[in-house]
Amino acid sequence: MASGIDELRQQYRKMLEIRRFEEEAARAYAMGKIGGFLHLYIGQEAIAVGTASALIKGDYVFQTYRDHGIAIALGMTANAGMAELFGKDTGCSRGLGGSMHFFDPDNGFYGGWGIVGGHVALAAGAAFKSKYSNDGHVTVCFFGEGATNIGGFHEGLSLAGLWKLPIVFICENNQYAMGTPMSRTTPLEDLTLKAQGYGMHGDRFEGHDVAVVKDRVKMAVDRARRGEGPTFIEIQTYRFRGHSMSDPAKYRSRQELEERKKKDPCAVARQRLADAGVKEAELLAIEGEIDDLIAACVKHADEAPPATEAAMWDSVYVPTSAVPADRLPRGVVRVQDGGAEDGDA
Amino acid sequence: MRELRYREAIREAMIEEMERDPSVFLMGEEVGHYQGAYKVSEGLLSRFGEQRVVDTPIAEAGFAGIGIGAAMTGLRPIIEFMTWNFSFVAFDQIISSAAKVAQMSGGRVPCPIVFRGPNGAAKQVASQHSHSVDPFYTNIPGVWIAMPATPRDAKGLLKAAIRENNPVLFLEGETLYNVKGEVPDEGVDEVIPFGKARIAREGDGCTIVAWGRPHYIAMEAAEILAKDHGLQCEIVDPRTLRPLDVESMVQSVKKTNRCVVVHEHWPYGGPGAEIVDQIQKNAFDWLDAPIERVAALDVPMPYASNLETLVLPTVERVVEAVKKVAYL
Ligand SMILES: Cc1ncc(C[n+]2csc(CCOP(=O)(O)OP(=O)(O)O)c2C)c(N)n1
Ligand SMILES: [Mg+2]
Repeated sequence: MASGIDELRQQYRKMLEIRRFEEEAARAYAMGKIGGFLHLYIGQEAIAVGTASALIKGDYVFQTYRDHGIAIALGMTANAGMAELFGKDTGCSRGLGGSMHFFDPDNGFYGGWGIVGGHVALAAGAAFKSKYSNDGHVTVCFFGEGATNIGGFHEGLSLAGLWKLPIVFICENNQYAMGTPMSRTTPLEDLTLKAQGYGMHGDRFEGHDVAVVKDRVKMAVDRARRGEGPTFIEIQTYRFRGHSMSDPAKYRSRQELEERKKKDPCAVARQRLADAGVKEAELLAIEGEIDDLIAACVKHADEAPPATEAAMWDSVYVPTSAVPADRLPRGVVRVQDGGAEDGDA
Repeated sequence: MRELRYREAIREAMIEEMERDPSVFLMGEEVGHYQGAYKVSEGLLSRFGEQRVVDTPIAEAGFAGIGIGAAMTGLRPIIEFMTWNFSFVAFDQIISSAAKVAQMSGGRVPCPIVFRGPNGAAKQVASQHSHSVDPFYTNIPGVWIAMPATPRDAKGLLKAAIRENNPVLFLEGETLYNVKGEVPDEGVDEVIPFGKARIAREGDGCTIVAWGRPHYIAMEAAEILAKDHGLQCEIVDPRTLRPLDVESMVQSVKKTNRCVVVHEHWPYGGPGAEIVDQIQKNAFDWLDAPIERVAALDVPMPYASNLETLVLPTVERVVEAVKKVAYL
C-alpha cells in the first residue's frame, strides 16, 4: 500500500503542476503574453496523469489541441511548455506551434492536433508501426466526444479494429463540443457502442479519480500490448473553463458547474492522500514546490529569446536527400550537409 | 446609406434571402443555439426556427454532402464552415460532387448551394488554422468564388450567391467581421453581380490588385505613396476570383503602366499568379516594369506573433513593391 501512496503522491504533484501551469497560462493570456487559441484542460487532469502512469517509455501518444495536460504528464517540462505558449525559441516547438501544437517526441508525445478527427488515423499509424516492427509498444489516442461524429474518427477506428492494432482510444467526454451538449451531437449516451461496430473492446467510467483512470487504462494498454487488439474507452469528465479563452460558456448553468467541481480531480487526490495519513504540512510543501516551479517557468518564458526567423525557414522541411545542393529552397539543408541540428538557428 | 459591420452585412443578406425564399436554409456547426462561432448568425435561430437554422455535429464531409444533395433536389442551402480551414475534410464533396454534378448530368441537375465562412489567418492561430484557401478552390471549374472586402460587397455578393443556381464558395475575412462600411438602406435590394471588379481608388501611377483583407493594406499603402512620393495608385478589387474581371484590371494597367498584386495566399500559383499572367498577356506593351507580387511567405504559418507579422503581407512590403515597379 505504501507504494500506492507514493504513486498517488507523484500523481497529485503532476496534476497540480498541470493545474497551476494552466492557471498561469490563463493569466498570461489575459495580459496578452499568449495569443491565438488557448484550450484549457482544467478539470480533466486525472485522465492525462492516470493514463501517463499506465504507459511505459517508448509508447506513443496523440492528442487534440487540448494538449497541455498530457504533454506535462508525459514529462514535458513546464519551461518548454510555457515558453511555447509565449512564442519563444525555447518552447517545445520553438514557438512555431503554440498552445494547440505541443510536441515532445522524446517523451512519446506526437502532438497536439488542431483539426477535429484528423489525428485519429495518425495514431492508428503509430500503432501500425508497432505491430509491423513488433516493438512491443502501444499507442494512446485522445479526443473529445464531439470528435466521434467526424469521418476521420470512424476511418481510424475502422482500420485499427480490422487490423487489431495495439492502440487505446480514449474519448474524453467532457459533455460539450464547443457550445453544443452531447445530446445534440449524437443519438447515443454510451459512446462505446460506436466502437463495438468496429469490433473492439469498450470501457466506460468516470475520470475524476486518478487511481481508477490508471487501473482501467492499464487493462486496455496491457491487452493491446499482448496483441489482443484495440480498446475504446469513454471517460466521463468535465471542463471547468470555456472551450477556449474566448468562450464565456453561457450554454451551461453555474449550478451544473458547481456540481461538477465537487469532483475536482486535484481535490479528490488530495483528500485521498490526507485520508491515507499524509500530513497537511507535507501536502503544503508539495504545493509550495509546484508554485515555485510554475513561477520559475513563467520567468523563464518571459526572459527566453523570441521565436526565430531561422527556425521558421529551417523547419518547413527536415534535411532533404532528394533536392541537390544548387536547388535548395530557402532554409532547406541536405542530409549529408549535417542535418537540422547543425542549422544556423 | 448607413454604416454596418461586415458581420452584420452578411447576416442581413442571409435574413433577407431567407425571408424571400423559403427554400433557403442555414446549416453548420454552432450556427443556431450558440449564435455562430463568430456571431454571424446571431438571432437567426429565434427568427427562423430549427428547421431552417440547423446545428450540426462536427462532420463537415457529412453536412457538405447533405447540402449538395438537398441542393440537387430543390433546396438552397447555405453551408457554414466554422472556418474554411475545416473545409478540407469536405474538399472531396466540393470538388468531386458540387463542382461536377452539372456537367455529369449533361447540364440537367443544378446545384444551388453556398458554402461560406471565415477565411485566412486570424491572430496567432498557427499553421492548421491560418489558411487562405482561395488558391485551392479557384482552380476548380464548376464553382464560383467570391471574396468580398467591404460590408457592402459582402451583402450584395452574398445575395447574388444565394440566388445563383451554381455552387458558390464565399470566402469571408476572419479579421474583417468588425470592419464598418457603408451599405445601402434597408429595403434596397442591391445584388452585386459576379465578375465585376470594384475600383476602390483611382490613380494613374500604379495599379494595385488586392482582394479580401489585403485590400485594406493596399489602401493604406496608397495613402503613404501619395503623401511621400506624390504617386497615385489605382486600387482594383476583383471581388470575385471566379469569374475574374480581367478586363477591368487590364484597363487600369493600360492607364498606369505598372502593377502590383497583393494577396494573402502562398506565392506558388493561385489567383495571384493567374492575374499576373492575364495582365502580362493582355497588356504586355503597356507595362513599364515586371509585375510584382506581395504574398504570404512560403512557409506554414508560425504561431509566434513576431513571425506571423513577418509572414503576412504588410503595408511596408506593398509600398516597397510599388516603389520597385515605379523605379522610385
Ligand atoms: C474539422 C474541424 N471542424 C471544426 C473544428 C472547430 N472545433 C475545434 S474544437 C471543436 C469542438 C470539439 O469538441 P470535442 O471533440 O468534444 O473536444 P473538446 O474540445 O470538448 O475537448 C470544434 C468544433 C475543428 N477544429 N476541426
Ligand atoms: Mg467535448
